[in-house]
Parts: sequence; C-alpha cells; structure tokens
Amino acid sequence: MLNGLHPKMIHSLFLINCSGDIFLEKHWKSVVSQSVCDYFFEAQEKAVDVENVPPVISTPHHYLISIYRDKIFFVSVIQTEVPPLFVIEFLHRVADTFQDYFGECSETAVKDNVVIVYELLEEMLDNGFPLATESNILKELIKPPTILRSVVNSITGSSNVGDTLPTGQLSNIPWRRAGVKYTNNEAYFDVIEEIDAIIDKSGSTVFAEIQGVIDSCIKLSGMPDLSLSFMNPRLLDDVSFHPCIRFKRWESERVLSFIPPDGNFRLISYRVSSQNLVAIPVYVKHMISFKENSSSGRFDVTIGPKQNMGKTVEGVVMTVHMPKAVLNMNLSSTQGNYTFDPVTKVLTWDVGKITPQKLPNLKGAVNLQSGAPKPEENPSLNIQFKIQQLAISGEWMLGKIDAGGTNGITIGNGALLLLIFQLEVLN
Amino acid sequence: MTDSKYFTTTKKGEIFELKAELNSDKKEKKKEAVKKVIASMTVGKDVSALFPDVVNCMQTDNLELKKLVYLYLMNYAKSQPDMAIMAVNTFVKDCEDPNPLIRALAVRTMGCIRVDKITEYLCEPLRKCLKDEDPYVRKTAAVCVAKLHDINAQLVEDQGFLDTLKDLISDSNPMVVANAVAALSEIAESHPSSNLLDLNPQSINKLLTALNECTEWGQIFILDCLANYMPKDDREAQSICERVTPRLSHANSAVVLSAVKVLMKFMEMLSKDLDYYGTLLKKLAPPLVTLLSAEPELQYVALRNINLIVQKRPEILKHEMKVFFVKYNDPIYVKLEKLDIMIRLASQANIAQVLAELKEYATEVDVDFVRKAVRAIGRCAIKVEQSAERCVSTLLDLIQTKVNYVVQEAIVVIKDIFRKYPNKYESVIATLCENLDSLDEPEARAAMIWIVGEYAERIDNADELLESFLEGFHDESTQVQLQLLTAIVKLFLKKPTETQELVQQVLSLATQDSDNPDLRDRGYIYWRLLSTDPVAAKEVVLAEKPLISEETDLIEPTLLDELICYIGTLASVYHKPPSAFVEGSRGVVHKSLPPRTGSSESAESPDTAPSGVQAPEQPAVIPTQGDLLGDLLNLDLGPPVSGPPMATSSVQMGAVDLLGGGLDSLMGDESEGLRSDVGGSPAMGGGGGFAAPSAAAPATLGAPLSSGLGDLFDLTGGVGTLSGSYVAPKTVWLPAMKAKGLEISGTFSRQVGSISMDLVLTNKALQVMSDFAIQFNRNSFGLAPAAPLQVHAPLAPNQSVEISLPLNTVGSVMKMDPLNNLQVAVKNNIDVFYFSTLYPLHILFVEDGKMERQMFLATWKDIPNENEAQFQIKDCSLNADAVSSKLQGSNIFTIAKRNVEGQDMLYQSLKLTNGIWVLAELRIQPSNPSFTLSLKCRAPEVAPYVFQAYETVLKN
Repeated sequence: MLNGLHPKMIHSLFLINCSGDIFLEKHWKSVVSQSVCDYFFEAQEKAVDVENVPPVISTPHHYLISIYRDKIFFVSVIQTEVPPLFVIEFLHRVADTFQDYFGECSETAVKDNVVIVYELLEEMLDNGFPLATESNILKELIKPPTILRSVVNSITGSSNVGDTLPTGQLSNIPWRRAGVKYTNNEAYFDVIEEIDAIIDKSGSTVFAEIQGVIDSCIKLSGMPDLSLSFMNPRLLDDVSFHPCIRFKRWESERVLSFIPPDGNFRLISYRVSSQNLVAIPVYVKHMISFKENSSSGRFDVTIGPKQNMGKTVEGVVMTVHMPKAVLNMNLSSTQGNYTFDPVTKVLTWDVGKITPQKLPNLKGAVNLQSGAPKPEENPSLNIQFKIQQLAISGEWMLGKIDAGGTNGITIGNGALLLLIFQLEVLN
Repeated sequence: MTDSKYFTTTKKGEIFELKAELNSDKKEKKKEAVKKVIASMTVGKDVSALFPDVVNCMQTDNLELKKLVYLYLMNYAKSQPDMAIMAVNTFVKDCEDPNPLIRALAVRTMGCIRVDKITEYLCEPLRKCLKDEDPYVRKTAAVCVAKLHDINAQLVEDQGFLDTLKDLISDSNPMVVANAVAALSEIAESHPSSNLLDLNPQSINKLLTALNECTEWGQIFILDCLANYMPKDDREAQSICERVTPRLSHANSAVVLSAVKVLMKFMEMLSKDLDYYGTLLKKLAPPLVTLLSAEPELQYVALRNINLIVQKRPEILKHEMKVFFVKYNDPIYVKLEKLDIMIRLASQANIAQVLAELKEYATEVDVDFVRKAVRAIGRCAIKVEQSAERCVSTLLDLIQTKVNYVVQEAIVVIKDIFRKYPNKYESVIATLCENLDSLDEPEARAAMIWIVGEYAERIDNADELLESFLEGFHDESTQVQLQLLTAIVKLFLKKPTETQELVQQVLSLATQDSDNPDLRDRGYIYWRLLSTDPVAAKEVVLAEKPLISEETDLIEPTLLDELICYIGTLASVYHKPPSAFVEGSRGVVHKSLPPRTGSSESAESPDTAPSGVQAPEQPAVIPTQGDLLGDLLNLDLGPPVSGPPMATSSVQMGAVDLLGGGLDSLMGDESEGLRSDVGGSPAMGGGGGFAAPSAAAPATLGAPLSSGLGDLFDLTGGVGTLSGSYVAPKTVWLPAMKAKGLEISGTFSRQVGSISMDLVLTNKALQVMSDFAIQFNRNSFGLAPAAPLQVHAPLAPNQSVEISLPLNTVGSVMKMDPLNNLQVAVKNNIDVFYFSTLYPLHILFVEDGKMERQMFLATWKDIPNENEAQFQIKDCSLNADAVSSKLQGSNIFTIAKRNVEGQDMLYQSLKLTNGIWVLAELRIQPSNPSFTLSLKCRAPEVAPYVFQAYETVLKN
C-alpha cells in the first residue's frame, strides 16, 4: 500500500548489475533499506531473461519503477502515485548523463566516479522534482572528468564544481549556455533511419516502419538562430521535437526554426509508417528443414542485394533463434563468421559487406537431441544491416540551412545518412 | 586516479582513519576525507558516526566541499537531530550569500533536513528566499515550501507560506511558476479539501502561458494541474485543448501522455458534431503510436494507457492495428500488452490480418505469450462473428500440434465459443475428447467437463468419461469438483436410466466427504431438487443459458471514466482507482469526467457544471449515524425464510444453512460498504459532478421537458391533470459509481389518494442484475413501501426499467432532519446500497384537506401567533384564480378569497397524511410578482416544507 501523505516522486535510486549486486544507492528523502530490492530480485528471477523484468513492480509499501540500460538496472523507489513515464523518462535521462560524462554508462564508470555521480544525482533531482537535466547546464555546474583535469585538480586543489549559477538555467532557452565561443563554427546533421520490417516466406513485406532521427552536433558561437527547411516536409507528420524548436513556425511554414543547444543533441525524431515506400534492399533465400524420426536437419541461407541504388549493404548480421531441440550446428560460410550458442540456441552470423559478385551463403547440418520429436517451430531470421548515404523515406533531404547572423560557418549538410535495417524474415 | 580509491580501506579501521582525516588542518585532505565518506554512503554503509566531524567541515568557501557536506547532512540529519542543530547557523548565513547558487543550495538542503527542532529556524531564511530577486532561488524556495509542509504542515500554514506560494503562480519566470504549481499540487494532494489550487480562467491562462516556456518537467506538472480544472463551457474547453495540442509533439513521452490526459478529459465536453472534435481525434493517434517506438519500459506504460484509451474512444486508433503487431525482440511484458490491444481493435475489417498474426504467435517459444495468443484467437471468435469459423479451425489446427499447454488453452476458449454460438461448432467435440488425458490444468479440466456435461446427449461415452474424472475427485481443485458435480447432474437428467449410480456417488462425495462449503451447498441443492421435483430440476439445471457477452474483460464504464482522469499515473498502469492502492482515503479525491455541454440539460444549469465539486443536494449519501446503521441492519433484506426449520433431514438443514449464511454475508457486506462510503465521502463531490446536470433539474429544467414528463405520467397514470398533484422530473438518487453500476433515479407522485415512488433502475455494470428489494428507514411521516419492489425480469447490462412503487404512510415514525428526508436501502444480487432523498411534502397532502370556513377562522385564531411563519414566493406571475386552481391540483384548498385594497387574499387549508392541519394566507398583489405566504400550524416545524411545496407547485 502506498501512503497518500508522503511526498512525491522518486524516493530512492538503486543501481544494480546483472548479477544482482547493488553498487550504488541514492536517497532523496529518508533512507530506504536495500531490502526493498528483494522484490525486484524476485521479479528478475521470475523473468529469466534480464530484458523481461517488468518495469513497474508493486511491493507492500512502495512501487519499484525500473529501466534496464547498458547492463545496469536503474531501480527507483516510489512512495506515492506518480506518473510512471515521468520516472522512466527521468531514469533514462540519468543514464544519458552518465554516458555523456563518462563516455560510457557502465558499472565501472559509475564506480570510478562515485562522487561526481552523487553530485550529479543531487543536481538532477530535488525532493523528487527534476532540477537540471540538460547536459549544457549540468556541465556548468559539475565539470565532467578528464584525465588532464584530475591531474591539475590534484596539484592545484581546485574543484570539479562550478561556483556560479549556470546561465541557461533560467532563461527562456534553458538548453543553451551563454558566451559560447568557437574559432571554427561548425554544424553537422546526421540523419539516421531505422527500418523495421517483417517479411513473409514469399518475400513480400508484412509490416514496415521507418523510425528516423536527426542528430545534430552544433558548434556555433553566440546565440545562433537556425532554420532548416526540407524538400518534402509532407512525409513528416508524426514528429517529436527537441524543446528548442518553435512549434508555431513548424505548424504554419513547415520550417524547423530553433536556437540550438551547444554540442550534441537529437533535433527531431519521426516515424513514417507507409510500407509501400520501403523497398527492402536485400533478399534472402532460405531452406531450413528437419527430418522426421532422425536427429538431424538441413540449414541453407543465402543473402543477396536488390535495388540498392548503387550503395553498399554493410554491417550485415543475421541472428536465428533455433528450436529448443537443436543441439549444435555444423555449418560452413562463404563469408564472415558464425557462432551458435547451445544454451540460448541463438545462431549469429556476422556477414559484413555484401558484394553482388559473390553472395554470402551459410549452410550445413543441424544436430538435434536424439529421440526428440521433430521441432514444430519455424525459426524466423532476423537480419540487420546498414546503408550509408541513402534515406529510404526519400525525397526529403535537408533543404536549406539558414544560420542567421553567424558568418563563415561550415555546415555538414547530410554529413551522414545512415540506414539501419532490422528485418524479420518469417520462415 | 579514479574515485574507486575512496573505497580502499586500511587495517586500522575505516571510521577511525576517516575521523582523523576529517579533522586534519589541510583543506585538501579534508575534502578527500569527505569524498571517502560519501563513497561509503553510496554503497549503503552506515557512516553516521562521523556526523560531528563532517559538520565541522561545513563552514568553507569551497563550494564542492560545501555541497558534499550538505549531501551528507541530508542523509544523516534525521538520525542525529541534536547534532544537526549545529548546521543551522551556516544555513542562515548561506541564505544571505551574494552568490545565488549558494543561497539556493542552502534553502534546498535546509528543506531536506527532516528535524522538527530545526524547522522553525528555517522560516525566516525561507521567507526571504521566496521573495529573492533571483528566480533560481525563488524556484528552489517554492519546492522547499512543499518539503517543509511535509514535515510540519501547521507551521507552513501559520507562517503564510501557502499564500506566498500562490502568488508565485503569477511570477514572471515560467520555471518559478512550474515549481510553484508542482509544490501546490503536492500539498493539495495531502489536503484534498483545501482550496489551494484555486483554478479560474485567469490562473489557467497564466499556466497555459508558462506551459510554452518552462522545462519539460515543469510542463508535466502544469498539464497534470490543468487536467483537474473544469472548464465552464465547451468553448473554454476547446481553447485550452488548442493550446495544449502542441505538447503532443514533445520529445518527452511523459509530457505527451499528460497532454493526452488533458485532451481526453476536455474532449468529453466538446460536441461530437464540432469540426474541432474530429480534428482533435485525428491529432491524438500519431503521438500515441510514436510512444510505441520508445524504450520498452515507456512502451509498457504507454500500452497500459492506450488500453484505456481504446476502450473509451476506439475511433482514435482503429486504423493503427499494425503498430500493435508484436516484434520478435519486444520484452514479454510489452508483447502481452500488445496482444490485449490487438483484440480490442479487432474488427471485421482487419480480422484476417489479426488471425494470421495470432497463429504465428501461437507457435512462439514463450509459454505465457503462446497461451495468451491462443486465448486471443478465442476472443476474436467471440468478438467478430464472421471470423468465428476461421478461429475455430485455427484452434483445431493448434490442438493437432499436441503441445500440451496449447491444447489446454484452446479447450478453455472453445468452451466460450460454444457458449456464444450454441449448436454451431459441436462437431469438433470428438477432437476435443481425444485430448482428455493430456489435460492437467484445473481450468482446462473444468472446461472439458463442462463440455461433456453440456453435450452429454451427443457423446456416447459421456458417462465413462465423467466417471474417469470422478475417481480422483478429492484431489481435484474446487473449480473442477463443482464442474464435475454439475456435469454429472446434467448427464443424469439427460440419461437418467444408466447414470443413477454415478449421480448418487457424486452427490455423496460432494455433500458428505467434502469440507468445502460451496461444494456441499451446491450438492445439497441438487440433491433436494432431484428428490423433490425432477421436472423442476430439469428446468433449473438444463435451463437455456444466456449468451456470453462480447468482451468479458472490459473495464466497467464508471471505473473507465475515472481511470481516464488518471491517464499517465500508476492508477492507469494497474487499471485500478488510486483509492484501491493509496493508503487511507485521505488524500484521494475521486475524479470524474466533465459532463458534455451543448446538450440541453447542462447548458441550462451553467452554475452546476464549473464547480464540479459541489454535490447535488438531493442524492446525498446516507449520513453516518450509528443508530441508522443499526436500523438498516435490522431490515430484513434477504428472501423470506418460510416454513418451520426442521432438523430431521440433513438436506433441509443444508438449505436453511444456506439462507442463513447468505443473510450473514449480506450483513457483513453492508457494514463494510457503509464504512467505505464514510471514508470516501469527499468522493461524493467528484461523483456528484457526474450527476450534476440532471440532479439540478427541478430548479432549473426548462418547461418543455418537465411538461413532457408530466404528460408521460398522465398517460401511465391514466388520470386527468386535476386529480394528480405536481410531479417533479426524475433525478438521480443513486449514481452508478456508488452502487457497483446500479443507477437509480426517481421522483414521487400522488394520484387520487395514493402516493408512489416512480423509479428508473439502470444497469450500468457489465453483469446482469436481479433479486431487487427495497426498504425504507424509519422517517418523519411513516412512509413505507406498500408492496415489494417488482422487477419482473433480470436487468441486463445497459438496460433500464421503470417501476412505480406504491407507498403508504403506516410505517414506523422517527423524526428526521431535514423533516422530509427519506433513507432508502436497495438490494440486488450484487450488494446492498443506500441513498437518501428528500420528498416534496405535497405528496402527503390528502384529498379531504378542505376545512369548513367557520372552523378555519376559529383554528386560525386558536393557533398562537408565534406559530405563524411568513415566506415570500418570488417571481410568480399567476393571478389569484390560476393560483387557486393550480394549488387545488395538489390538494391545497382555497376556502375564501377577499380583495383588500387591490390585493387578493387567499385563505387556504391542507391536511397532511398524519392529520396535521396547515392553514395559509396567501397575499397576491397584481403589480408585484412576489407573493406573501403566512402559514399557521400547530406543528410549526412543517411550515418551511409546506412553503417549499407551494413554491414547487406554483412554479411548475
């Protein structure tokens, strides 16, 4: 039962690694005993797979809301009715901040920087109210560690903590600090589209969806006011914006107009669901069969390119969840390496680049547990690959970038257009 | 060197070592020591013993060291209250620091030190910080008020901090506004009655302005606060919606969902014909779909909420089926939620796709998921009739796989399909019977037994099959035992000759060898039925069953409406109202959707809609007097137990037991029900908002409607207008929210000497209601039902029934306050519900209430003047004759009429059912719409109620 009278939001946070050790705890109110995590461990045990631990768990006196990121569980303890999305978003923001500060979000990174972590957490949340979560502001309050600085600090005794009020904290543009100065003014926009598609036996697309993001790296002096227009903004109907984008201007003129944060940030993310737009640039020929009353089967898969518009398909990785009865697999590949994990029954084939001259093929025998009935499941193939310099959702490319008064800046227009495909081929 | 060095310990003992370092003269050493202390804290080690040493480091110019010490203080101050007081001076000093960062840091930390002794020292610094010139300090101080309130609410009120906080809502800085809103919402949550967040169009406008400029977190607080506002009309609702819609494109999913909540709630007020309504519907779909591409944890919460949204407004996502298809790498908790929504969206248009998907899922690896997928196929069959055949054949294919849990799940759903489409798919029974041996789960066994019993005549070896189950009767779960008992009785009634032995065996197993009261009771009933009247037994046991409803797992509409108000919260994840899991009902205010404006009723009662918390006067929940409780508990609401109890036969003992048990449990439930009502009484306010428009009807309802209703009653009553007194339109007495889906509205009427209570019972629950009974508590005039409440057929969901309950006045009398208060208990098969209502006094005016003239004069003189009461009847434009004839219709008789100085004087009399005479003098001035009514009566306390009756009759 929750107590209706207790204050809001996140009471405590525990960081737990995959083997179930609590390696950091932070309490914003009174101290909550670690034993509350037992409920979490119970759920974790039940879920078998770490990814399947339910994000909201109720215990007799608290609620546990958790996320799983980079092999760490961020488990927050809640005592009152709160919006769970609020908590989950916040936890992800904490993980993002660790990533941003330490270059990686890992147990080692957190342990190596406990004091900074503690200072950060204190700065990010006050009495359950998020205080400063923008990377720009945090970095002014607490400087990220660098090897050079820790040497300097230990010699001079200066500190990691900024002693003036961050400039962006209270302005109407809290995401940008004042007085930014660069000798080279640069702005880069990376367009990354992820295509999720399910393809049936005959090769036709059952489901396809494009998830796109524009990630930006802006290194501009002063208070640049940028506007970005598209060749074909009509496709962008379902968009989420960074708070810096002026919504009114987008509504009326379909132009992205904004004063950007300094450094790296995600400008927009969007979704295009129309599947006829998506031409899948590879095909798969596959034959997986198990013989009746014998403990063996055949496996033969070929991947080939189609309509790739002259671009290279690269970073191809195929994974297959084989049926439980499979003991091991003896395969040979014309290209790349394969591994089969007999515990999880996952076959992974790291193909690499596809060259049309020589199509990658993986074939061989499958050994089944003797005496087991012929497996019923038809394993589906999951294929991931990337294509650079090509956006499937097509005609909309970054049109024009207008950087207001700033002169002499370098703008990487479409410096990287990256497509990541996630295909599921039903067998 | 990394911070991991802080974890290394020496042999001497860590605490000892640290103590020495903390007291070192070297600044740098001190700081390192504090860092070590913090490092120990992060892993949950107790370093509270170092408290005085750490606090000594507090007075420093080094901001990092100061912050670290503050961090430590927050953690341990509570365990060392006496030492904590040492820190106060530094706090007070820091609050005056020229650097706003330090002022804010001090005020922030202060609030986190939950030590009573300290709090009073903090008031002055806090007051200064709330008015600080720097907005960063103000916004931090706003949160501090909430913290302080949590420690000492009284102190915060006495110091006037709440008013300062309210002023901050008008602050020029949006971040300050957002934090003030957050702090006020938090405080308001623990004080549901306080009017802290006094939302009005002006403050709403301020919030909407701040919404555009504050941080994402602030936006969430503001949106959640907006959701509690009740716009005064549909135009205001629309303008708020227009300003909230841009939030749907925010990158923060919590902002998006809070915006969805506001829109879903205010949409309720918009007319569906409005163009804007359609636009809004279209705008809601994309952001909801986008939430599904976020991290899996966010997806999960989003899906739980989408589940509510598609139940409330299926049109929003009806074309988006495909986004709910399961992805191979979704975590299981996402997969299961997606399945639920797929079923909800399944329709004839997309069923082929859905079935193809579900069939795939049924061959997956995860057992829970596969089970749910199989179940989903069955639910599709029941929901979309055209697909039933394909679903059944899909299920048969799955049974052929012989995968144990798939087969069991399939049999459970096929049973439901039989219930929905009788005599259509029974040809598959043979296939099912083949799998009898592999069933090891109670639910599947029970389902199979039900099928065998139900179709015993078509299964040649039904008796053998059931007999095989009977062998292990005592090892079965209750579910299976009950089903087996019923199935064998069915079999016996269908094939009596061969199965007599079997039925006797099961009856004796159930009644004599079992400890389970349910099983025993059911056994006794069957036994008795079979032995006394086999024909009746056949009618009962083999009765035609009602078809099962389309979707069995829909959330009850009243609960759904409440949950829609909680979109984005834990309540929406658990699909339970917060009162179900927040300790104590204090701090929980029931929320309800606003009534739709634009329809005639609410448009005419504008003053009831915006308040929303004003409970309508009439359908008040019964107050909590103990004696009342006792009275109601004494009422015999159970079915009458007839015949002398005979202890000779065990069967009859069982029967009597059964009824006794039923009554006991009834009583138990009652008292609990009442208690929870009491706890939740602020709830009535919220709930009342729901019923407000119609409840306010008697006062404000326009003439056309009421006269229409009057006509209706005339028709049903079959008597002319003259003989029947005025009948008020029906009002809601018992809202469905308070009575598990039973809504009662009603009114009172008097026709040719007989009083009746005209009721409309509406079933807003999802199950059939039956066994209605009604009782009145003792009341001032002895009103009591003259006949039992006759509801002939069970009341199906979403059906209403109109009943006219005749009343008499020979019941027991107890003076009530107000005098015309009537407390009613209504029972049905679900529970007992209580409500109270006020009856208009004129239903008690008897037909022979005309006094002789002489008698009138004498009585008038005889009654002392202090018993005379004067009232003004305002805004009545009738002339004396019209008044006279109108009143006569309600048994108020004019004895004489005089004209004195241009005014008409009417002398009137009336008699109440209990023989009390009331004498009246009504003065009507032709130019003045205000009448003066003087009443004389030996029981003066009735006068105000008689006056009310006059007003009601004259103005309608």
